Amino acid sequence: MTDLTLRVNGQSHSVSIDDPDTPLLYVLRDDLALRGPKFGCGLGQCGACTVLIDGAAMRSCITPAAAVAGRAIVTLEGLGSPEQPSRVQAAFIAEQAAQCGYCTNGMIMAATALLARMPHPSEADVRDALAQNLCRCGSHVRVLAAVQRAAAEG
Amino acid sequence: MTHIARRSLLLGAAGLVVAFLVPRNAAASATTVDADSVDGYLAIAPDGGVTVFAGKVDLGTGARAAIRQIVAEELGVAVVRIALVEGDTALTPDQGSTGGSTGIMVGGVQIRQAAATARAHLIALAAAKLQRPAADLDTVQGAVVVRGGSETIGFAALLGGALFDVPVDKAAPLRDPASYKIVGTSYPRPDLPAKLTARHFYVQDHRVDGMLHARIVRPPAIGAKLQAVDATSIAQIPGAQIVRLRDFLAVVAPREWDAVRALRAVQATWEAATPLAGSETVYDVVRATPVARTETLRNVGDAPGALAAATRVIRASYAWPIQSHASMGPSCAVADIRDGGGTVWTASQGTHRLRKTIARLLGLDAAKLRLVYLDGSGSYGTNGNDDVAFEAALLSRELRRPVRVQWMREDEHGWDPKGPPQVLDLRATLDADGNVAAWETVAMVPANTPNLPSIPLIAAVAAGLDGGAGQSAGLTSLNADPPYAIANMRADIKWLTTTPLRPSNLRAPGKIGNVFAVESFIDELAAAASVDPLAYRLRQLRDPRGREVLERAGTMMAWAPRARSVGGGDAVLHGRGIAYVHYKQSENYVAMGIEVTVERATGTVRVLRVACAHDCGLMINPDAVRAQVEGCILQTLSRTLFEEVTFDRARVTSTDWASYPILTFPDVPRLDIALIDRRNERPLGAGEAATATVGAALGNAVFDATGVRLRKAPFTPAAVKAALAGQAT
Repeated sequence: MTDLTLRVNGQSHSVSIDDPDTPLLYVLRDDLALRGPKFGCGLGQCGACTVLIDGAAMRSCITPAAAVAGRAIVTLEGLGSPEQPSRVQAAFIAEQAAQCGYCTNGMIMAATALLARMPHPSEADVRDALAQNLCRCGSHVRVLAAVQRAAAEG
Repeated sequence: MTHIARRSLLLGAAGLVVAFLVPRNAAASATTVDADSVDGYLAIAPDGGVTVFAGKVDLGTGARAAIRQIVAEELGVAVVRIALVEGDTALTPDQGSTGGSTGIMVGGVQIRQAAATARAHLIALAAAKLQRPAADLDTVQGAVVVRGGSETIGFAALLGGALFDVPVDKAAPLRDPASYKIVGTSYPRPDLPAKLTARHFYVQDHRVDGMLHARIVRPPAIGAKLQAVDATSIAQIPGAQIVRLRDFLAVVAPREWDAVRALRAVQATWEAATPLAGSETVYDVVRATPVARTETLRNVGDAPGALAAATRVIRASYAWPIQSHASMGPSCAVADIRDGGGTVWTASQGTHRLRKTIARLLGLDAAKLRLVYLDGSGSYGTNGNDDVAFEAALLSRELRRPVRVQWMREDEHGWDPKGPPQVLDLRATLDADGNVAAWETVAMVPANTPNLPSIPLIAAVAAGLDGGAGQSAGLTSLNADPPYAIANMRADIKWLTTTPLRPSNLRAPGKIGNVFAVESFIDELAAAASVDPLAYRLRQLRDPRGREVLERAGTMMAWAPRARSVGGGDAVLHGRGIAYVHYKQSENYVAMGIEVTVERATGTVRVLRVACAHDCGLMINPDAVRAQVEGCILQTLSRTLFEEVTFDRARVTSTDWASYPILTFPDVPRLDIALIDRRNERPLGAGEAATATVGAALGNAVFDATGVRLRKAPFTPAAVKAALAGQAT
């Protein structure tokens, strides 16, 4: 057993893991009961599991929890709530930028990280930033519009 | 126990999930799941809140908004006063599976009629109470009101705690579409704020006390027999254990990651097997497959005779590949089976149907088995959700504990039932004006087993249970016949006995491949006649709604007529194509123009723009329709450009997003969508029709750019480069 302290959405959590390689995703979902990051592939290919670690968008399915102990982890629920969504979340709601919504966590987290480092990206910048985030329903056009809306309102 | 008592009990003793989905005010209303009864669909709580019980579900489509809008409009109640319960077999009527674009077209229309019946009933109650003719009364904001007057009586007060207790009246008067205030507006989807802030509850989020996590151990070859399992191989993983039923093998553990570790660690010995021929020869296999029966889908005039007599017959063969639903989230379910019954939480598109299947396979009393629908990742047909629900139920029964099964990525790509391969042979001859004088389609698709309750489930077959032999891939024959006025036309469907991989319905089953062939071939005939392809379609199309979408798409594309492809020697070639469908020859009208570039050196096709004119009759929620059309276009661009399931002689080899790539953000073109408002027509589905035109419009655009005809999807750079090279030699 390994004991870790994770800082998630501004709070410290002590967790015990029996495999030192346990991916962060499983700790977030199963130990901390967070629902924002989703299991999509477990291979770092699709982006559904994306979280922010010290502000950078990272794939929690291939990031060992032990490697990010003590760092600032933010999940989708840490950005905002239905009552008080973040700017990016509000823009996604305004553009109705999801269908099933399973992958959208990744787009919101990646867009949040993008806008933090590049407040006014071109559409090409947004496409590049989301190039590794897959969506099967075909919400892409609305996602692009939502990110531009969030940038314009920033 | 009566249905009424049962639903009352279930709502009254609402567990976590039901409490989450159903506002407290609904819990007081006891009713029935009878699909012919108003009470089956609607309950009015003492505070006037309305609960709608829908057998069909929202798969990310916006039905959750649209169903509410339909009831709000027809019944006369605010949208926000409506709660919606979807797909729970204990609480909702069986309206059939959510598929084939029937959610609104069938499910919504049934609910609309129930609401209209309820409204008439409430007005009749008020008329008696107020001593006024029913014609003087209307329903507004949850109350019956006197037109032009001030008297109102709330619905709950009128019912006085009683049920409607009336059958759905097919003749109950509907509101005049000209009066619609809620239907036809883009009411925002009620689930999105929660989905976008991680407050939404997906089946993947469901947890039950005492639950074990399971992963399924797949054989190295489809259908391989399990010879031995080494239990010591997972002994070091806390709480991990093996469950084996004949050739069905699973690992379970209290912690999810430990179940994944056990999956990776378990040592099993399987019989070697080579059930497949390999994907390189898939179309040869299709052509060599025995024909179970030939169905003549359409027969007008004498096409074989006209073709036999013709001096010039144009022929082409088209093929559409095996494709995966490729859901973003692997299928997942939770089951708690005990004492001969229990509950399964599932994202299945057909909970009512699946309940019967699971009960039959496990020897349970169907009346004691409840399936609760929870959202999953988008499924686009029968993906792995039915399989995983059965796996969870089977494991829960064996272990006598709640079990959660989540597929891994390689399960979803490798083991979901697939959209089957299609091959079409086409022949035509032209008259002196260049119009089509005779047309013949011969389409090859796997036969559907009649009355198949569910496709054979992997675990049932592996465990040696009677899963029911058979196969079904949906209505795959439709649109194999052209929509044009052709004097001699015949379309024959060769229903094949088998197909290489287990098939199921994948979005717009069969129609995508059929329309790819038919609308590419009509383009070939236009070229043979030296006529512009848009003009060629229009001069042979009679249906005014069809002509309207085609003309509209032409305008959106600023279509410049030309009789032959641009071609030329430029490094990057530019072209545009068009395609048209009357979906299932009875539903939506869609025309689509696509603009592309083709890079000669690499064979890369870039889609610059898609223009789509779309007529789906009455639109309940235009923005939800638009979202569906966007999804149809982008998903099918992905299927046309990139997607083909590959397999070796043992099993599927395209088992992740690298080996089965899909469309990415940099690939996304500009979309221009024109939704045609048909307020007085019946509402049709929007989740499928605009898929059907994509392949042909894209192939026709590539032809316009290069002069080379692509007759097989996907249009990968390698395939396009090879086709371009073929032209040069």
